[in-house]
Amino acid sequence: MFVKDNMSTKDKLITCVIYTVAFSAISILLLITIFIFRKGAPLIFKIGIPNFIMNKTWAPLGSQYGIFSMIMGTIWITAGAMIIGIPLGVSCSIYLVEYAPLIIRKILKPIIELLAGIPSVVYGFIGVVMLAPFIRIHMGGPGLSVLAGSIILGIMILPTIVGISIDTLQAVPNSYREGALALGATKWQSIYKVVLPAARNGIIASIILGMGRAIGETMAVIMVTGNSANVPHSILDPVRTLTSNIALEMGYATGDHQQALFSTGIVLFIFIMIINTNHLLKIYFYYLLYLPLQFFVL
Amino acid sequence: MFKKIYICIFLLLLPVVLFSGCGKKSENITLAGSTAFQPFAEKLAEEYMKKNAGVSINVQGGGSSMGIQSAISGVANIGMADMVALPPEANTLKQYVVARDGIVIIIHPSNTISNLTTQQAQKIFSGEITNWQEVGGENKKITIISREEGSGTRTSFHALLLQDIKLTSNALIQESNGTVRENVSSDPGAIGYISHGMVNEKVKVISLDGIEPTTENTRTGAYRLIRPIYLLTKSEPMGLAKSFIDYILSSDGQGIIESSGLFSAK
Repeated sequence: MFVKDNMSTKDKLITCVIYTVAFSAISILLLITIFIFRKGAPLIFKIGIPNFIMNKTWAPLGSQYGIFSMIMGTIWITAGAMIIGIPLGVSCSIYLVEYAPLIIRKILKPIIELLAGIPSVVYGFIGVVMLAPFIRIHMGGPGLSVLAGSIILGIMILPTIVGISIDTLQAVPNSYREGALALGATKWQSIYKVVLPAARNGIIASIILGMGRAIGETMAVIMVTGNSANVPHSILDPVRTLTSNIALEMGYATGDHQQALFSTGIVLFIFIMIINTNHLLKIYFYYLLYLPLQFFVL
Repeated sequence: MFKKIYICIFLLLLPVVLFSGCGKKSENITLAGSTAFQPFAEKLAEEYMKKNAGVSINVQGGGSSMGIQSAISGVANIGMADMVALPPEANTLKQYVVARDGIVIIIHPSNTISNLTTQQAQKIFSGEITNWQEVGGENKKITIISREEGSGTRTSFHALLLQDIKLTSNALIQESNGTVRENVSSDPGAIGYISHGMVNEKVKVISLDGIEPTTENTRTGAYRLIRPIYLLTKSEPMGLAKSFIDYILSSDGQGIIESSGLFSAK
């Protein structure tokens, strides 16, 4: 608090500038939200919410705007990516923190983080050239499928899950592990019964962030999922997600068709909001209540 | 320290701003529209600029409907459109057919089929025929690969071949001619359709009703899947716009169009 009293004009100015910059970032988010809703909401109300969300037929040139198949597509692909990404990511971080010698951790962690830097179009390309033909030849179907999309996305979300999980696992105090071992637990028991529960919140946060990434991913998904606007019946069926619907058709869409794509954006927006709400609430409490309180009252 | 850097940047940018308006006065025009014709227009513009120093021709994409809109609003001097039938709002524009683009049906090179009748093709794309055996091929499931709704190629394909028949919803959707071609070339059971200019040796082009999509057959009108490519101007073209259109319609320009895979205008 004496820092505040002694604040020079320069300090105040800089604080002011930084605040403005921070809030302009948030206001951009606000503007995007308003824009999407203004563009997309009229069409949803015109054709009715149930008709928009539950109708399976997407034929914009025939004035049929049903996105049920795309909602299901997004759910299938995301679920698939989670099934592949969570065990891989969490076990990878458990190995790196609990078992791996320091030198291996030092080498492996940056490599996994490097995965995040690979452009998604490259993932998509690998999917089209190697994964899709493999699935077509060995498992049937057209190859471009839910399975291909899930595998690619499962790999793409690894760095998100591993990065945060490692940090959380490392943050578990060593006394926990020592205590468990002293009570006679084996290494695995100590991890499974003590360390993982202690790191639960962080690991869940990493999974939620990974899920957000999987839902939002577009380019790689367009390339490997085949994009048929049908509700998939097996993991070998092609599928279209909400994001690919927007990206595929935006280039040519006009009038109601374009609005329908913005409406798809609204649904996607709501999806992401629901997933991130837990997360957001924590952040709101921290930054909007706790920090200002500290700043002004203390 | 920072101040110095800012001053340096400012001084560096100053001449850019001050003198950007000067320089040699050169004539320039903008073309916008059809993504199918865009690469060919770029090639033609390049050749034209090589021959005529001091002019500049900008070629932008955006799609056929944007081409029409920008010609009407005057955003572009020349709009490009590749539709089978121009919408009514284009009636006020001057229209020039500068080339014709064939849409060809392509399959995997290992497929034994080399011809389909119109009816067979319609039944395949509507999902009624699902196995190559039914049209005299091997016992293999047909994978249909199409473009997204709204695409110029898909709209033309519908107008020329499918008419009122709906494309099956099982079709895989790809977002460009190139990706349709790549996917057909990697799937032995696939069938798709692309612009004739995009065909390469990785896919097999099949005849429709026994007629091959050759230049000769498109000229006589025997091959039906042909769409005209229009250049559109708001009023009677003048100056550079006129001489560029004349150049495209000249034998030089038409030669470039033919050698890059499209069909000539006449």
